[in-house]
Amino acid sequence: MSHAHVSNTKRIWTVFGLLSIITIVEVALGIAKPGFLHNNNLVGVNLLNWIFIILTLVKAYYIVYAFMHMEGERKSLQYAVIFPLIFLVVYLLFILLTEGDYVFEVFKNSTIKWNF
Amino acid sequence: MDTVTTANSGDKVWGGGDNQPMGASYGKMMMWFFILSDALTFSGFLAAYGFSRFKFIETWPLADEVFTHFPFMHGNPQPMLYVAFMTFVLIFSSVTMVLAVDAGHQLKKDKVVLYLFLTIIGGLIFVGSQAWEWKNFIKGEYGAVETKGGSLLQFVDTEGHRVALADFAATLPEEREQLTRNKGRWFMDEATLPAYSVAEVQAGFKAHPNILVRTEHIDANKKKTVLSRSESELRLKDASLVVEGANLTRNEYGSKLFADFFFFITGFHGFHVFSGVVINIIIFFNVLLGTYEKRKSYEMVEKVGLYWHFVDLVWVFVFTVFYLI
Repeated sequence: MSHAHVSNTKRIWTVFGLLSIITIVEVALGIAKPGFLHNNNLVGVNLLNWIFIILTLVKAYYIVYAFMHMEGERKSLQYAVIFPLIFLVVYLLFILLTEGDYVFEVFKNSTIKWNF
Repeated sequence: MDTVTTANSGDKVWGGGDNQPMGASYGKMMMWFFILSDALTFSGFLAAYGFSRFKFIETWPLADEVFTHFPFMHGNPQPMLYVAFMTFVLIFSSVTMVLAVDAGHQLKKDKVVLYLFLTIIGGLIFVGSQAWEWKNFIKGEYGAVETKGGSLLQFVDTEGHRVALADFAATLPEEREQLTRNKGRWFMDEATLPAYSVAEVQAGFKAHPNILVRTEHIDANKKKTVLSRSESELRLKDASLVVEGANLTRNEYGSKLFADFFFFITGFHGFHVFSGVVINIIIFFNVLLGTYEKRKSYEMVEKVGLYWHFVDLVWVFVFTVFYLI
């Protein structure tokens, strides 16, 4: 192993504290659903959901980099795992959500009632 | 470290020997790539959920009205709290896992045993909680009615609080026997009959003038639309089925696909947690027997640790997608 085996206990508990705080914030916002966040949109997604998505990605970063110790791996391994994932997930989401929205519009504007 | 195969590494390559691409041992690197492929599988599921949700964006169920159960607080809806508890259990078991890996690096067997044990307990609590969540989801709480056109009608009082079918449905002197295989031909049976018939719901609705119909449609304030009394009567004439709880065909919460995705995605994740617990137990016994002590390396704990953290990682996304957004 290339990296030294020093104890990381302190960092582990720091990251745990951080993940806990993020989760508490998420749950509090999920229960309260403040109107100004929930009813204002940015690029088709409301602000509250943007906050949830960003906080989730922060959580995911800390789980992968601290808990799974990706930060101790070589750059080549980091990129080999993370780049395909980011590229494919973004591509998949873009294509499926666009299509889902299109199908919604077709249903909504068609002359045939599909659900009544 | 050489990336070129050298003579002295020849017969150790397949055993994870000293020829290490990207500086990781064979097992660890392959665990990373397994996780990559599994992450893409889950992304596919969640993206499919997003597709269906965008397709039915105006009628999709609101999560904080669906998941409201908390132990010992029956009849007192508590959105989010139980699933927040589950999230904490999983994050904490991730912490004990990474502490076990850390202790393994220092070859402290007793600590590895303790932390791995706590991880297994956390995993079992999570799987149990998920089973309880499923039970509540399948059983349902209020019941609803499906119209001939396939849309779902729920019932509220004049203040907008949900009303259960049991609170207003009339009891009519009608008898409808459940068809089971031993009563007809061997291939003839039907789904369990709901507690009330459509006629009983309609009669009960007539007898209670303060009850209104709530449709699936989400209005501008991001609430479900409540119809006026006369509109409600009109809609209820089209009722064709009483829906209680959830199954793979229909559910009382709204869009039919909602229950399918819930069962499939949380089920697939729950199965991952279950396999993770089994793998952790196997490694736990190996640690107890001193297998890794003899090897002078606890890398196996690190590898199952990677899988365990991945399970936590997936849950973080499932939590956001199903319960928050």
